[in-house]
Amino acid sequence: MGDITASPLTRTEDALGAEDARNAARELRAQRLRAFLFVLPLLIFIAFAFVAPIASMLFRSAYNPTVAELVPASLEAIEDWDGEGRPPDAVLTQFAQDLKRLANDRTSGQLAEEINRFLPGTSSVVKSTARQLRRADDAALAADGPALLLEANDAWGEPGIWRALRKAGQVYSASYYLTALDLETTRDGSIQPRDTRIYLQLYGKTLWMAFIITVLTLVLGYPLAFHMAHSSTAHANFLMVFVLLPFWTSLLVRTTSWIALLQTNGVVNSTLMALGVTNNPLELLYTQFSTIIAMTHILLPFMVLPLYSVMRGIDPSYMRAAMSMGSRPIPAFLRIYLPMSLPGLSAGALLVFIISVGYYITPALVGGTDGQMISNIIAFHMQQSNNWELAAALGSLLLVLIVALYWLYDRFVGAGNIKLG
Amino acid sequence: MRRFPEYFTIWHIAGHYALRITAYLVLAFLILPILVIVPLSFNAEPFFTFTEGMLSLDPDAYSLRWYEEILTDQKWTLAIRNSFIIGVAAAILATVLGTVAAVGLASPRMPFKRLITALLLSPMIVPLIIIAAGMFFFYTSFGLVGTFPGLIIAHAALGVPFVIITVTATLSGFDRSLFSAGLSLGASPVRVFWDVVIPLIRPGVISGGLFAFVTSFDEVVLVLFLAGPEQRTIPRQMFSGLREQINPTILAVATLLVVLSMALLVTLEVLRRRSERLRGAE
Repeated sequence: MGDITASPLTRTEDALGAEDARNAARELRAQRLRAFLFVLPLLIFIAFAFVAPIASMLFRSAYNPTVAELVPASLEAIEDWDGEGRPPDAVLTQFAQDLKRLANDRTSGQLAEEINRFLPGTSSVVKSTARQLRRADDAALAADGPALLLEANDAWGEPGIWRALRKAGQVYSASYYLTALDLETTRDGSIQPRDTRIYLQLYGKTLWMAFIITVLTLVLGYPLAFHMAHSSTAHANFLMVFVLLPFWTSLLVRTTSWIALLQTNGVVNSTLMALGVTNNPLELLYTQFSTIIAMTHILLPFMVLPLYSVMRGIDPSYMRAAMSMGSRPIPAFLRIYLPMSLPGLSAGALLVFIISVGYYITPALVGGTDGQMISNIIAFHMQQSNNWELAAALGSLLLVLIVALYWLYDRFVGAGNIKLG
Repeated sequence: MRRFPEYFTIWHIAGHYALRITAYLVLAFLILPILVIVPLSFNAEPFFTFTEGMLSLDPDAYSLRWYEEILTDQKWTLAIRNSFIIGVAAAILATVLGTVAAVGLASPRMPFKRLITALLLSPMIVPLIIIAAGMFFFYTSFGLVGTFPGLIIAHAALGVPFVIITVTATLSGFDRSLFSAGLSLGASPVRVFWDVVIPLIRPGVISGGLFAFVTSFDEVVLVLFLAGPEQRTIPRQMFSGLREQINPTILAVATLLVVLSMALLVTLEVLRRRSERLRGAE
């Protein structure tokens, strides 16, 4: 506010000057509040519709109360067990009673599925034991629980299944993150890499595919944007239609086109066979190749548009000047033009990379098993294996990756500067 | 023949034409895959490729049967209706909230502007699968999964960034003193907004709304997770068609969607020119 009181408009009397300053400050506050009130409804809407769902997913990745809600008494009983040998008989008795109750409530399957995640192969043990205990007599269970349990399946004599139960019973745990990073906790509590690297490998593959797609869009998009930027306005606007029409065409339409083109009996194979290039149709669809080519096609406009808008602003006389002074085209391009086009290049490359890392639909439709990306495995855990916590943990890691990339984008390009066509 | 500067050697000229040819090849790569489905959708046979009859332009090899199927198959008619219901409702919701917010964001006095802009644009950046997973968990507890309101809210959140971007762009040429002038003449902020701001930024608002509509109309990941059988949309129907029994009806639907996007492109171009005229073309 100092500059207001010091402005030449200020009266000489100090009292009036201070009052002016107060008025100005009040007016400023009112303007800030008014601006904020305009944004408030949307902020509330986005908080409910978008931010809260994402937050709940983050929460879910570390919070799983299912087992704790199913067998609270057993978990309490097993708490003091040292993890070696068979747990005390009281634990087995309590668990046998709990399992019978679950069997009658038809919720023993849930328990089986949860424990199975911590010790694969346990699901059938829990299910078959539950079936047998359902008919057991309450009094007999209370008196002779351990014997009945061991009779139903001798796996209950091993410590492994009980450790799995105790782990599954933790309400908050980082175990899904460990799984998502291909790590596991050993019996003494230290963390070590798992033998099979499924998820890290998939993250690596996703980043690699996104990188290839970014490079391909750059290689294809740069000359096109360059040519358009150096055409007359009318011609450039005409060529722009060829970029904007695919941009505005439904994603599923474009994916459909690639299926029609790349199918075993599709257009590409028919053409190749008619030309005599090959006698047997090539396996083009449902491969990593088809994911990459279809995504390059889909994301190319995201590269061309920012490149074009930057190149349009570069004065061509710089290049002409360099060349008239004897520079060869390639050095002139590398030292003059390329640095000037870097803002568009980084904007396009970051945008394409960010979008492709999280892509789902195209890999799901044309990728086969080979061309799947991290989003597809998240969907798999959501829909098929019903391992929502693992899906949430994998999703959270992907989110961290995207936020980091978005931060880079905002730093170098400015998120507010995104242009559409 | 084009004239080149005198210092150009034969290699410069060759490079010039090589660049030009590359550019046209890339344009062909962009457009041909989309155009190829148009003739294929008139195929009389249930194939995804050109038959000999089609190549020899035999009229019997062409047919409208796949288009007829769209109009008669209840799954498609329901999907078309749903797509429009959800798209229009989501676009209206996103446009109303987004336009009002963009006016606030354009104010130089807006507090935390950068942070809030980044937050409001983030639905465009966060991968859809993450949004879908989060919404599925969260909306379930409000009974919104498998309902129209749930999908409309979800799609509106996706459309908001586009409204913010287009309206902010239109507002960049907007003279803020008009707002102050309205207020100083005694009008309420709401009145000024409605009578002064909106008419001036209308082209931006309409194109923002169109963007939001298209976003919803083309969206399939959220629909996969949040929609019940009653809310199946066109992309959802195409998705299952492409996964299960591939049938040229999808090519006919795709062709109609290409025509729709052409119409959209023309509309947006008209709006853009109008907006430039209103702002006083540079």
